[in-house]
Amino acid sequence: MSSKNRILQATAENQPTLTQLPFIDFDSLIQYPDPVAAFEMVLKKIGGEIIHFKNEEEILKSISKADQDGEFVLNTFRQQEGSLAPFKNASAVELAHLNRVYLCGALGVAENGAIWLDENAMVNRLLPFITQHLVLILNAKNIVATMNHAYQNIRVDESGFGTFIAGPSKTADIEQSLVIGAHGPRSLTVYLFHN
Amino acid sequence: MKAMEHAQAAEAFIRDEARTDWHDETLWFVRQKRDLAAQGLPEWEQLRDWASGIKNHTLSNLSQYLALFEENALKNGIKVHWAMDAVEHNQIIHQIIKEGKICRMVKSKSMLTEECHLNAYLAAQGIEVIDTDLGERIVQLRKEAPSHIVLPAIHLKKEDVSDTFNEFLDTEKGNNDPQYLTESARQHLRDYFVGAELAITGVNFAIAETGGFVVCTNEGNADMGAHAANIHIACMGIEKLIPKAEHLGVFLRLLARSATGQPITTYSSHFHRPRPGQQMHLVIVDNGRSRQLGRADFRNSLKCIRCAACFNTCPVYRRSGGHSYHTAVAGPIGSILNPNIDMKANADLPFASTLCGSCSNVCPVKIDIHEQLYKWRQVLVKEGHVPSSKKTGMAAMTLVLSKPTLYRLAGKMGRVALKYAPFVVNNSLNPWYKQRDMPQAPEESFREWYQKNRK
Ligand code: SF4
Repeated sequence: MSSKNRILQATAENQPTLTQLPFIDFDSLIQYPDPVAAFEMVLKKIGGEIIHFKNEEEILKSISKADQDGEFVLNTFRQQEGSLAPFKNASAVELAHLNRVYLCGALGVAENGAIWLDENAMVNRLLPFITQHLVLILNAKNIVATMNHAYQNIRVDESGFGTFIAGPSKTADIEQSLVIGAHGPRSLTVYLFHN
Repeated sequence: MKAMEHAQAAEAFIRDEARTDWHDETLWFVRQKRDLAAQGLPEWEQLRDWASGIKNHTLSNLSQYLALFEENALKNGIKVHWAMDAVEHNQIIHQIIKEGKICRMVKSKSMLTEECHLNAYLAAQGIEVIDTDLGERIVQLRKEAPSHIVLPAIHLKKEDVSDTFNEFLDTEKGNNDPQYLTESARQHLRDYFVGAELAITGVNFAIAETGGFVVCTNEGNADMGAHAANIHIACMGIEKLIPKAEHLGVFLRLLARSATGQPITTYSSHFHRPRPGQQMHLVIVDNGRSRQLGRADFRNSLKCIRCAACFNTCPVYRRSGGHSYHTAVAGPIGSILNPNIDMKANADLPFASTLCGSCSNVCPVKIDIHEQLYKWRQVLVKEGHVPSSKKTGMAAMTLVLSKPTLYRLAGKMGRVALKYAPFVVNNSLNPWYKQRDMPQAPEESFREWYQKNRK
């Protein structure tokens, strides 16, 4: 018998009598009087930064004005698909020197400062991880209270890959001292717009 | 494999008193951060209830969920492998490496690959895997095992890390700054990520409904490896399943809060399909889990989500260190899981507990950890697997407890001894005295007091 069948058979023989799934009552979940303020507070606590914008135009202006200093910068916000095509299948070697990337987040979570983005928004799965600095653009309207709410609003398998990002990469593996900038970005800034 | 039983290894650990105190306090601090995070959510106890209920349900329907999960994963273009035990798991991975003619590979944290001793297996074939979690890289360079499932290098001080990095990464001698040391590791590991041909990761949750899996890290190392390499192998035990994606809403709220007090890990990555041109493999491992599922008293240990809250709160773990458990998963939950894998070799572990119950109180999926430890002791004694350090005392105790008069006499003698001749109990033959002073004995026992005072 194949290992698969042996495992499935042993599992079937040994599993206990069927129990029911619990009912998740959303009424018992925490409510934030001001989810945007809660999001901002948590984000700062986990090492993220936030800049508020009136609208998307302001963000566009700010990005184009940003001093790039000859660094490798990639902006996906309001870009033509075609202009990003070369990066779609770029390898880690080609992206190794990325300094800053601007990506659009789909949804933010007030309780933990996390932002969901999927493969379509990333262009290339490596971008949000390999860049030294990451900027996530988010509509304040798309902030929900908790992870329970978040999963009501996304489809995890809509694209082949998606992730929640909460702050910059970090580690405390040396004597529990928090160090920002482990293997992923050294900074995470959220551009939050309100229109 | 095991050089010493827990009690002896713990004795060696606590010889360095300052370090033991530091270890104890640091983990207690992590436990306190967990408390603060838990208290921040009014629905915390409700979440634990749901998590426990979802896992109970999943275990009660596990074979069906496994089949459904495989079906959906295959549809997603993931290659699914099944391994009965550690050896088969290692062989499957070795085979993929051979077929791809792979030389450069990275691995992010996976307790399952530790349980299966994958690195050692591959090393014996001349294959080197680079661990990329900072703590795991540190212990790998030192040729040690992780001592904690979430904080692999918690047994080390920054001076130790500095010495290791000085030796292997050529960092400045005596520079103990964690920032500097972490930056050096970042530079060192970046080259490995960028050049990686194959990446191995663990799995935190596998979703039956969608055929995908979730990997959580703070460092971003699992993602760096998986997205850079052309082959991704994810390894999971059969107990990692959850029915639906929406259940992640419950588990991701509990996991990081219980582990480190963070509201969520930096990255919670959901893998469903390989990227174009990539191979994505999934190895589903049993290694004794289906047997544990059949043990009614111990099956709910399979609900564990490996947050390590039970480690951080355990007075024995905090003062004996992870290595004294001589297994990949240490701490209270390891002491329940490991006797299932090898009863004889791990018979000492269920005794490495005070049964205070603190573990059960913090467990986010409500495993009755201390009760299972107690039950394992009964099973082990019945099967004749008693750790040597407990044998003499236990034999005497069985005799005393089985005879009420002897028990009363022994109690009286104990009280008298403590009063008039404390050295009789405070000697090196009594393991309880080793790190303790015996208490002042009461004049009379409760029984004597009760008989005198009852009307
Ligand atoms: S047994 Fe509970 S507390 Fe311990 S690691 Fe597992 S989930 Fe966490």
